[in-house]
This record gives sequence, structure tokens and C-alpha cells, in this order.
Amino acid sequence: MSDTALEAGASASGSRHTVDPGRPEHPSGDDRFALVDTHLRRVHDAQDQLIETLHVAQDVFGFLSDDVLLYVARALRLPPSMVYGVATFYHLFTFEPPGEHTCTVCTGTACFVKGADDIVADVATAHGVHVGDTSADGRLTLRTARCLGSCGLAPVVVLDGVVHGHQSPSGALALLDGELGGVR
Amino acid sequence: MAERVPTVPITIDGVEMEATAGETVLQCARRHGVDIPSLCFLEGLSPVGGCRLCVVEVAEDLRLRPACATTVTSDMEVTTQSSRLRSYRRSILELLFAEGNHVCAVCVSNGACELQDVAVRCGMDHVRYELQAPRRRVDASHPRYVFDPNRCILCTRCVRVCDEIEGAHVWDVAHRGHGAELVTDLHRPWGESTSCTWCGKCVASCPTGALSHQGSSVGEMRHTPDMIAWLVAARRREWTEREARR
Ligand code: FES
Ligand code: FES
Repeated sequence: MSDTALEAGASASGSRHTVDPGRPEHPSGDDRFALVDTHLRRVHDAQDQLIETLHVAQDVFGFLSDDVLLYVARALRLPPSMVYGVATFYHLFTFEPPGEHTCTVCTGTACFVKGADDIVADVATAHGVHVGDTSADGRLTLRTARCLGSCGLAPVVVLDGVVHGHQSPSGALALLDGELGGVR
Repeated sequence: MAERVPTVPITIDGVEMEATAGETVLQCARRHGVDIPSLCFLEGLSPVGGCRLCVVEVAEDLRLRPACATTVTSDMEVTTQSSRLRSYRRSILELLFAEGNHVCAVCVSNGACELQDVAVRCGMDHVRYELQAPRRRVDASHPRYVFDPNRCILCTRCVRVCDEIEGAHVWDVAHRGHGAELVTDLHRPWGESTSCTWCGKCVASCPTGALSHQGSSVGEMRHTPDMIAWLVAARRREWTEREARR
């Protein structure tokens, strides 16, 4: 999902997306805000669309910076602290730029029972990354999530948006090797 | 002529009384001089039922009810004191004390703290849980006020008073569970907040030493939470319109 948004983001640097004349142009001159604007127009700037809007913004920018949060707050006429409170409540929002690749291990009940913790531990040691962080070389971000709703596939690992079911520590490491081209 | 407010009969701790229709069990009890401990409730603000200190038993109801967020119903039978309620309240208080750094001897609110008062009244003399002793950064960036999250019990009175009465919504709760904390704007220093009007109602409402005036030292801080109900009455034009009706 983030891929399509990012592609759209790239094409947005062309002239297809124009910023609403009624809406103040973002001072940074970053055209990606036009994609957020498109979504905002679609939902008529409705305040109950906050979470949806944050998802779109995260898809477009990869993470939620203060600038982006403030932009969303202004557009929806919501207080910044409320937007910050909502965004930080949910695991799926992130406030740091992610690494080149993102690996999310589900640690929901079913996945936990099936040994998700071992997968997390092994990936963390093999790639020198803490949960919720990005490795020093910026190649891998490791995250955990609480139940992805695919418990039948437990334990579940999501690598760059692709769901891999029935994982094991060695299997997950092999997947990562394939994607990242081996551990340094 | 004053309109007649409809009343409903209710029983609190075996005493029959008239409750005003629409009021909460806590409001009715307090009007009749029955003391139910509370922390997150503040007259004038919407109740959130968050701290659970005001829980009461209602006859024929297995669940405990927060008195601050339970509306009276006709012939309701409420019990505000029982060994079960006392032990729950003590546990809640112990958990609050264990979670933050509530060291009264060095607190600006020592001697005038609602948490301290309620702990004394509920007979909480020690904490059975392991003290978390968190290290939370104090925000003294505001020219007038100081926020010490170590003393914060997340009652959200400041959040509500700022949102509902001042209309600025500077404060909110960020993150969740054990990591939950109060933030101003986008978690920036309070002194840099562009939404804060410096009105001080959050400080007035704080039940502990979490929000205080710059320069207060140990035991010097006096909060004025009662002023909130007055402000609310004034904003409803309760006084001026009564004058006009005469
Ligand atoms: S617990 Fe992992 S998908 Fe439900
Ligand atoms: S005072 Fe009722 S729940 Fe806090």
C-alpha cells in the first residue's frame, strides 16, 4: 500500500496535482502535501476522518513528522495535542523515518503462543536492531504488532508490506536475507 | 417564579433522600453531606469515570458503579462504604502512589493535595506494590507555570478544563497504558506552546503537585479547583439572567 502512495508521491512532483487555491500552500513547497489535500477534499475535511487522514499521510511521507501532524491538525481544525494523542495511541503510526526495509512481527496472542518472541529476538540480534528502531546502517526497521487478524497463519511476519505466514526464526532470517541480500 | 425541578427518591447508605432528576450519585451524595472519595471528578467539568475511586455498590447490580458518572434513578439503593469498596479504593490509591513519584515531603502541594488527603481519608498507610520510581522530565519552560509529570495521576482535569472551559485544548494524553503521559501541543515544551492562553485554569484544577506556579517551593502551592464550577455558572449566565428575570 505504501508503495503505490510513494509512486503517486513521486509523480506528484510533476504538475498533475495542483494545490487548492483556497488552501494555503505548505511553506516547505513539498508537493506530497497535495496528496494529503486530495484525501482531505474527498472526506470534506471531516474531523472524524482524523485516523484515516493520518494513514494517508503516513503512506505518502513514510512517517508522521511534526510538520505533517500540524498540517493535518490545521486542515481538520483540531488541536495539535489531540492529533498527537490519537496518533501516538496506535502502534501503526510511526514518528521516525523508517529504514529501507520494514519487518513487522506479530506478537498477538496466537502468534505469541506459536513463538513470535523467538522470531523477534533472533531478528533483533542478527541485524543489531531493537524493536521499534532502525538498524544503525538504516537498512532494517523492526516492529511488532498486536494481532494482524491473520491468526490462522500464526506466527505472522510482514516484510515490506507482504504477509508471510507460518514463520520460524530461521525462516524469517532467510526471508530477510533474500530481501536485504544477506547479513553484513 | 422558580421552576420546580423534578426529584426522584433514592437511598444512600440506608438514608432516604430526594435526588434532583439528572444529577449523578456523587452530586446527590455530596449535597446531602455523604462523603464519597473522588479524584478525577471536578464540579463543572464533564465526568470521565477514570480514577474509579468513587465506586459505589448499587442494589441488584453486580457491577460497581462510578458515582461521578452514574445518573440517579428512582428508588436506587446505593452503598458508599463497605469492606469491599474500602479495599478497592485503597488498592487504587496504592497503585497511583506506586506508579509516580509521590514523595509528599518534597512536594509543592504538601498539605494541600487531594491525592494526599484522599489517601489519609481512605486509610492508605503503606504501598504494597513495587514503587516504579519513574524518571520523568519536569517541564519548567512556561514563564508562569511548571509541569512535573512525576506527580501526575492522569486524572485529565487539566485536559478537560482547557478544552471545555478555556476552549484552547493545549493538553492531551499521548501514548497508552504504562507509557501514557500528558503533552502540550505536539509534545513540545509548554513554554513554546502557541495554543496556551496562560489562563492558569489547568493549574487551578490540578489535584496534586503536577501543575504549579513558577517559584512555589515545598508545601507552598495552593490549587483552586472550586473556581471552575463558578466559571461554569457564570458562563451559563446564571447570575446575570437571574437578575434579568426579576
Ligand atoms: S495473533 Fe498474530 S495475526 Fe492474530
Ligand atoms: S471520581 Fe469518579 S471515577 Fe474518578
